[in-house]
Amino acid sequence: MPDARTRILSRLRAAPPSPLPDLPDWTAPVYEPAARLDRFRAMFEAMKAEVHDVDAATWPQRLRTLLDNRGVRTLLHGDGSPVAAQLAAAWSGDDQAPALVAYDRAVEDLKDDLVHRIDAGITWASAGIAETGSVVLWPTAREPRLMSLLPPIHIALVEEDTIHDTLADLMVRQGWALRMPTNVVVVSGPSKTADIEQTLAFGVHGPKELIILVIRKQLNAG
Amino acid sequence: MSAESKASGGDGHMGHVTVTNFAGRAHVALNDKPLRANFRRAMDGLMTKRAAQFPDAADLARLRARGAAIKERALARLPELLEQLETRCTANGIKVHWAETTGDANRIVLDIFRSHGVRTVVKGKSMVSEEMHLNAFLGEHGIEAVESDLGEYIIQLAGEMPSHIVMPCIHKNKGQIGQLFSEHIEGQRYTEDVDELTAAARRVMRAKFAEADAGISGVNFAVAETGTLVLIENEGNGRMSTTLPPLHVAVMGIEKLVETLDDIPPLLALLPRSATGQPITTYVNMITSPRKPGEKDGPQEVHLVLLDNGRTRVYADLELRETLRCIRCGACMNHCPVYARVGGHTYDAVYPGPIGKILTPQIAGLDVAEDLPHASSLCNACVEVCPVKIPIADILVRLRREAVRPSASQAVKGGGHGWTLSEASAWAGWKILNAHPALYRMGTGVLATLGNLIPSSLPPLKAWTGVRAKPKFARKTLHQLARDKGFDDA
Amino acid sequence: MSVAHTSTAAPVSVERPSTVYFFGTCLVDMFYPDAGLAGMELLKREGLRVVFPQGQTCCGQPARNCGFFEEARAVIRAQFAAFPEPWPIVVPSGSCAGMMRVHYPQLFADQPDRAQAEAFAARVYELSWFLVHVLDLKLEDKGEPVTVTWHGSCHSMREMGVTDEPKRLLRSLSNVTLVENPRERECCGFGGTFSVRQPEVSAAMVADKIASVEATGASEMVTGDCGCMMNISGAMEKSGSRVRNRHLAEFLLERSDVR
Repeated sequence: MPDARTRILSRLRAAPPSPLPDLPDWTAPVYEPAARLDRFRAMFEAMKAEVHDVDAATWPQRLRTLLDNRGVRTLLHGDGSPVAAQLAAAWSGDDQAPALVAYDRAVEDLKDDLVHRIDAGITWASAGIAETGSVVLWPTAREPRLMSLLPPIHIALVEEDTIHDTLADLMVRQGWALRMPTNVVVVSGPSKTADIEQTLAFGVHGPKELIILVIRKQLNAG
Repeated sequence: MSAESKASGGDGHMGHVTVTNFAGRAHVALNDKPLRANFRRAMDGLMTKRAAQFPDAADLARLRARGAAIKERALARLPELLEQLETRCTANGIKVHWAETTGDANRIVLDIFRSHGVRTVVKGKSMVSEEMHLNAFLGEHGIEAVESDLGEYIIQLAGEMPSHIVMPCIHKNKGQIGQLFSEHIEGQRYTEDVDELTAAARRVMRAKFAEADAGISGVNFAVAETGTLVLIENEGNGRMSTTLPPLHVAVMGIEKLVETLDDIPPLLALLPRSATGQPITTYVNMITSPRKPGEKDGPQEVHLVLLDNGRTRVYADLELRETLRCIRCGACMNHCPVYARVGGHTYDAVYPGPIGKILTPQIAGLDVAEDLPHASSLCNACVEVCPVKIPIADILVRLRREAVRPSASQAVKGGGHGWTLSEASAWAGWKILNAHPALYRMGTGVLATLGNLIPSSLPPLKAWTGVRAKPKFARKTLHQLARDKGFDDA
Repeated sequence: MSVAHTSTAAPVSVERPSTVYFFGTCLVDMFYPDAGLAGMELLKREGLRVVFPQGQTCCGQPARNCGFFEEARAVIRAQFAAFPEPWPIVVPSGSCAGMMRVHYPQLFADQPDRAQAEAFAARVYELSWFLVHVLDLKLEDKGEPVTVTWHGSCHSMREMGVTDEPKRLLRSLSNVTLVENPRERECCGFGGTFSVRQPEVSAAMVADKIASVEATGASEMVTGDCGCMMNISGAMEKSGSRVRNRHLAEFLLERSDVR
């Protein structure tokens, strides 16, 4: 007896053919370069995320204040990433600063801390999307997937000139179809639910807060 | 009214549809004031939010045309795309399984879990797993499956079915949910505070995520070109279920395919906006492989179960095939004047609302759900908003036809089940009267004189006059008046 | 095999004809002939020759909607015979017009007289759309001040593409105040056999419709579809509502031509 696969496919092939329509024109929105960051920020803020302008040299100090205001004691970072090095350098000797924890082993050996104890996680975003107010997380061995999901606060660093108009534009420009990684996530705000009476509540499973640090090219000019 | 008889997986039917009793269930729902208020408020809000997301009619028309064409193309090429998906997934390290019935799918999932010694499972939201009644099936085999989507978790506690495909506990208010939580969650006091209730769910769920041996998810779109599974959600429970446990099993209907990754952005531009009126969901999660060497998290194994469950039969008919374009946004139910009044449970099926009215009879059979295609005023509100332009009203009529006069191909199980001699005779008489103008004029002339004497106890009139005055025949027909006033006949 | 695509029918020719057919519809014929007559008078007043074929009966929608396609087709063929000339066919009901425009081609897709069905469908106009786009109707209001609200029928909106044409006509009357019903686009619950197959759901829908009409404060509800009107006015009468119901044609004619 043929297997399920064969039977399903042969039933589908026995069905009458339907026409293959051309894809009608549709173009994703395009923004003026000057308006792109404004859109990115406005969309994120509408989703209850925070967007801060920072510069490449001093963002750790800015982050320090933001985390202090929230009482963050532990910050998870990628193992051996430039982010970690910059944070360690900036916060060294500051014994009031949050403790830096590296995601330096497999999840199985770090699960308890990850699930229950870490206050915040910081990752790079490989790109931003203006249309929807989103950051693209392209996890790597250095910056694993759960860093942006388990801690109650997620901080994403994104460089201003990686902010694209739309996901459609980004996928084509970066040739995603040829290099899809294990996992890629488009994040557009903190974890939220409206399952109880359509009332928005944050942090139901993932981060309660999402903080976006936009590394500006020329902060003073902008 | 049938009890909540959850089938245990071997029957191959969609849902626990036994014999739907729409009118009877509607009677109960219509008299449940809080329920009606819950739905009315929710649907009004959802309609307003969707409208705000699509301010430009021409843009929306272009986007819907694109969305419909994407799904049409995928369906036209379905067998080859399924093979391509399988090839790509396999190359990426995802194991692909094929299931003809929900029973087969359940056994496939169970076998995977048994071979890994799985005891507890966390689940992301999945309508296909609802079709399978997977939780109940796993429970019977000693595996605890916990719904992690807040809405699904709530109805799992209540032992109910989802009443909406996107917002499963939309029929409940916070008082009812507060009560459930205080009964089922240790140490949780009764509260109507939504933040506190949400925090309680987070607490319970964190522990479940950490201890789960496996995660189950559905799939919103599967990309044949890359072998990528696209999952969208707001809560993060889907990401948890597909990232934290060492094993991930995804279940999907065979129609969820798209050809290329480029098809995803337009569909993402349609789905969340149509569903909940949000520009995009919080997370768009694209999974292409299990954990690779050197990576520190993600499941070591990913399995994909492709489910038929009657879809190939739907596929065999070109008109009915359009049903399979559905991307499960729920806009049809949000805009349905019938659904808004009776709620999801009245449909007694996994998929309620307009899409359920065309899907359930095709999967379970017209012998089971013949009344569903008639539970519509054919107002077309669903057709107007469907992001992939499914001609729901036409398919409803097609199913009504299959119920009284089945097609030669027996396109739908249970065809002919709705035929009655009295109705067929009534239409035969109607035809004779209306196909012969002289007879028609004589008949309507008689009604103009005597029609108002017809007693309102006559069956169709009786149903009508429950809340309405009896229609009054005019003393002269328009035919007579037109002639009297000298309007030409030709 | 008919592959169905319900869509809002594309607007057809807007050239002004000298002669039009009037398809009264069976409901108007038996229950609201004054509405039909008013439609014909409006067209005649604009200088058109209006032909009312005595051979017309029903558009076939009731049987089609119940799945009795052969019976529907037999009745539709009688309409083909009754409207032989290539003149526009004006219909004072969005629902019947939608049946003729959108569903005739579907029902005859695999029939020998398919071309006839398509040609017939292309000649069908909903009355208010015809008055606005073909005749560019101008009205002089001779009536007393009145506040009205509009009920748009599902099929006029979603099959015939009638959007604000009836409201434009109402607003053009100087003594008429048009108040919007926020639930104007919601079905009244008629749906032909739906109203008797699911009487309780239908009753709930019409009760809500009436409440929304009454909440506008209008003394009169004007509509373009006699199916809706029979449902809404019947329920209003039973519930003792004071809101008056009238077909658009009757209302327009009375306001602009005090007899």
